[in-house]
Order: sequence, then C-alpha cells, then structure tokens
Amino acid sequence: MLKDKDRIFQNLYNDLGSDISSSQRRGDWVNTKEIMDKGRDWIINEIKESQLRGRGGAGFPTGLKWSFAPKEVGARPHYLVINGDESEPGTCKDRDILRFEPHKLIEGCLLASYAVQAHVCYIYIRGEYFIDGEKLQKAIDEAYEKNLIGKNAAGTGWDLDIYIHYGAGAYICGEETALLESIEGKKGQPRLKPPFPALIGLYGCPTIINNVETIAVVPTILKRGGKWFASLGRDKNTGTKIFCISGNVNTPCNVEEEMNIPLKELIEVHAGGVIGGWGNLQAVIPGGSSMPLIPKEKCETLTMDFDSLVAEKSGLGTAGVVVINKDQDIIKCMARIARFYKHESCGQCTPCREGSGWMWRMLERMARGEASKDEVDMLGDVTKQIEGHTICAFGEGSSWPVQGLLRHFKDEIKKRNKFDPIVKENKNIPYLVDQHLLDKNA
Amino acid sequence: MSLRRPAKDQPETFEFSSSSLEAANSIISKYPNGKQQSAVMALLYIAQRQNNNWIPLAAMKYIAKFLDMPYIKVYEVATFYSMYNLSPVGKYFIQVCTTTPCMIRGANKLVEACKEKISEKETELSSDKNCSWMEVECLGACVNAPMMQINDDYYEDLNKEKTLEILDKILKGETPKPGSYRGRVNNEPENNRKTLMDLKNA
Repeated sequence: MLKDKDRIFQNLYNDLGSDISSSQRRGDWVNTKEIMDKGRDWIINEIKESQLRGRGGAGFPTGLKWSFAPKEVGARPHYLVINGDESEPGTCKDRDILRFEPHKLIEGCLLASYAVQAHVCYIYIRGEYFIDGEKLQKAIDEAYEKNLIGKNAAGTGWDLDIYIHYGAGAYICGEETALLESIEGKKGQPRLKPPFPALIGLYGCPTIINNVETIAVVPTILKRGGKWFASLGRDKNTGTKIFCISGNVNTPCNVEEEMNIPLKELIEVHAGGVIGGWGNLQAVIPGGSSMPLIPKEKCETLTMDFDSLVAEKSGLGTAGVVVINKDQDIIKCMARIARFYKHESCGQCTPCREGSGWMWRMLERMARGEASKDEVDMLGDVTKQIEGHTICAFGEGSSWPVQGLLRHFKDEIKKRNKFDPIVKENKNIPYLVDQHLLDKNA
Repeated sequence: MSLRRPAKDQPETFEFSSSSLEAANSIISKYPNGKQQSAVMALLYIAQRQNNNWIPLAAMKYIAKFLDMPYIKVYEVATFYSMYNLSPVGKYFIQVCTTTPCMIRGANKLVEACKEKISEKETELSSDKNCSWMEVECLGACVNAPMMQINDDYYEDLNKEKTLEILDKILKGETPKPGSYRGRVNNEPENNRKTLMDLKNA
C-alpha cells in the first residue's frame, strides 16, 4: 500500500478543511514563486520527467501536451482550460478535488498557465456539481484576496485570471473540443481534429486542456520533483491516482493509490471486498463505463495501470472501478450503459446517433431473451460500424463496453436468446412468412 | 440523443429582474470583448432560477437580444443541454440517477418511492404542483450510490425508506439535509478506512 506521506491529496476525506490557511499548512502555495522562477522550460521538463499522463481518460503525456503550445505568444492570446465535466459513470474523483482540495487545483492552474503562457484560465465544471463549484469559487476568491492569483500572481510577475464556466448536463462536453464549443456558447458538438486545440482552440486561439486531477497533482510534482513521482508505479505508468470503487462492494469509496496496484488489493483492502465474497464476483469495469469489462478470472492477477489494462483489451480510463457481482444480470447492466450512451450522443455523426440506440434496443431485448440467435453477431457488427467512424471518441466509448460484453459473456447471451428466425418446417406456416426460404427448401 | 420539447403554455413576456441583470452583466465580463455569446449558458441558468425552475421561450428571445445573437442559437443551446427545463418542474425538482453503478445498488427502489409519493409518471407534476421527478444519467457520485439530486443538493447512500422520508419532508415544504444518509463522512470507506489515519485521529 502507498505510504501516507506519498499521498498527494491529504484532504481527500476533508479531515483538515479546504480553506486557504489549512491548505497552506499542508504545503499548498508554499514556494510557488521559487518554482516559477526556475522558468517554464524547467517546469515542462520536470513534468516530462515525472511521466505524468492525463487523468481524464485518454492518458496522454501531460508534459508533451504542454510543449505543443506555441513557444512565442503571437497576436492570439493563449488559454488554459480545465476539464471538470466529470460524467463518466463510475467516476467521482474530480468532485472531491473541487470541494476538498481546491487550492491544489488553483495553484496547479497558475503553474500550468505560466508554463503554456496563458493569462486566462477557464475551469469547466459540470452543472450538477453546482455546490462543489461554489466551494471552488470561494477558494478562488480567497486566492484573489491573498494576491495568489490576479495581477502579479503570488509575486511572480505573472498575471492570471481564473473563471468557472458551468456545463448543463451534457456528457459529451467532457470531450475537449465539445467543451470548447460549450464555452463559446454553442451546442457541445465535437470539432474535427486537426487542427488540434493546442494551435486553434478556444476562440480560435492556442488552448491547452487538462483534467482537474492532472492539474491538481502538478504543484506536488514540482515541489517534490519529477523523479519522486516517477519512482511510484512503473515505467510510463507512474505516480498516484484516485480510484473510485463503486458497485457491489461492502465499502464503496474513493482512495488515492499507487499506479499498478493489483485490482484485488483495491477491492479487498479499500472497498471491503465484494458483496457475497470474492467468489461472488462476476465482472469488473476497470475504468469508467466506456472501458470493456473484465471477467472474474482475470481480476485475480490484474494490475491497475494504463498499459496493463490495454494488454487486457480494456483501459484505465478515469479509474472508476465498477464491481458487478453474480446477483446482477450482466446483460441488463450493459444495456443500461448502452442507454446512457444513447441518451448522451450529441447527434452529430450518424453512426453514433443511430447506432447507440440500436445497441441499447438490441441489448434490452437480449436481456429479456427476445432476440434471435443471429442478432448476437449482428450486435457485434453494429459496434464495429460505430467504432472509428465518428468525429470524436464517443463512438469508441459507446461500442467498447458492448464489445467487452460480447467478448466475455457471449455464451450467456446465446443461452438466453435461442430463438431461430428461420422457419425450418413446412407445416403450420402462415403465408407470407419467409416465403423465399420455403421455396429454397422445397 | 434525447428529445426535448418546450411547454405548450408559454408566458408572453420575460425580463430579467434587477438582481438577475446584475448577475448577468458580471458573467459577461468574464469573457473577452465581443465573445459575450459565451455567457449564454450562464444566462439561461439565471433565467431558470428567476422563473421558478424553468425557461420559457420568451426568456430565450430576451437572452438572444441581450447577447446580440440569433434566437435560434439560444434555442439550440437550451434544447441541447438537459439541465435546462423547458417546461414547469415545480419548486422541488428531483433527479434520480439510474445509471449502472446506481442501478446495481438499487436505484429502482428510489424510483418506486418517487412514483408512490410524487407522481406515477416521470416529469409529471405532483398533485400540489410543487415538485416533479425524473430519471437522469450519471450524476457523478457513484461511490455514494444510490443517490438523487433535489435542486442543487445531492442526497447520497439512500434506500427506499430514507427516500420516502426525504420526499415526505419536501411535500411538507421543508428542505431536508443534503449529504450521506448512512452518516458516513464524504467518500471514505465506511468503517474500513486504511489510509491517512493520522489525519483522521488528529
């Protein structure tokens, strides 16, 4: 288990209070100026050395992303945008950062803004987190009051303004370009890439977009050194991560742990075990609803990091671990996820808009045992028609969980859906039914 | 995609109150000059708060003029995002999360409770016209499942009994205490905490 002194989010459970003086007591805002005096190249290099990968789901190296921002500020200003549109089913980590560790986020915003030369930072928070957003706003006001942000922020000579922008219940706005559209006051429909936001983003200006957790760990990395962060976890999968363990466990919780922790340890130690014991485990969704599920056999030895989950044809995503035990109907669980995607599709690309509804309706029928035999393969075909044929990664996100179900629980579906649509016998057949098939048999 | 339609009965006019106007102007100042369209989402929220939790078409027209943008653009935004209520939902608007992590912990019991106490069908107003409920997608409090949101507040770690209690209070016009209804502290593992113990006991 990770040592307590190596935990970045000391106030994850709000034992200490989230106001500025208690935050300063646990190390926030302590030597911000000294760090910034070392220069933006030093900051970016240190982040590269830490091998920090984005915590929002895709796992893109953060240092590399920052280095894509133009070196010189031209006629167009640079922007930093923080993605707090946390809506992936199974994930609730950013909420705890917003309400209990807001100063880590704000300090991270200052350091990151300096590194990518932005003077304005927008924090996009999902509309449902209004109360938590208010807490962040309070922390922002405190920081302005103490002159930690604003003109000459923290005495560094850098000016930074931070604003909160609330979403309004659209999952798709977690996609970075949809998020930019939403800030611009439009429907949250993703843009084609390229051009990438690092060059043409918010208002057509260079924009760097990072997840809340990614930015909130930056100050600690810079204070303790990239080497320290890289010493945790394993190569290319370094550092700590907040895991959200929900579903059929005895004590569902958020916990910060080292990357590459065994899934079994996460469930047995922190989440108090599966309801009904480990033997009652059916499957685990390892990284939020978009990631394919993992059946019980593989959960024994699985370790939780980006690359080992990719090797299992799944992914770490946002590290929202949803545990499903044998009391649940796995097909129904996935049908409900498909309904989520059907509801949240933005409607821009046809394969996703139509396909997400098809998948949902087929899975609902399969859960009831009303689908025909050949529809099982047809469902797999539909997922392939969506995946890779859409502007954004929503297409993958909606089809992967269904593919995971088909990969590991096909027998279960086939057992329940035995109905054969092809009429094999010639007697008692109402006219018009599959006449061409009858002719063939004749 | 979800299908969303504006209410049939619409008020003729809409105008910001003086406090709404002040809030609207301070929000516009957050965005660069000439990019006032960015404020449309926040202004729709302000209109919703002012107008009893829902946005009439007149408010969309008003905001369009206010921000100097085409009415259809405001309409597009208001119909795209699910948190803008296009028809009356009552003073208390209850949203029950039924996505998989909540579903497998018994969210259907919460739905049952809403059906018993408020109205048989979702989005239908209760008999006193004071509240309504609907099923929504993931609200991002999965480790506190099952849960529901009433206006801005989250009610977590629920079961059917606790939900009925909360709904009773609401029907009486009281605002129940938000947070966990199993008495647990935030998102820590209940009675099973293994981390940051020094801080807990401090």
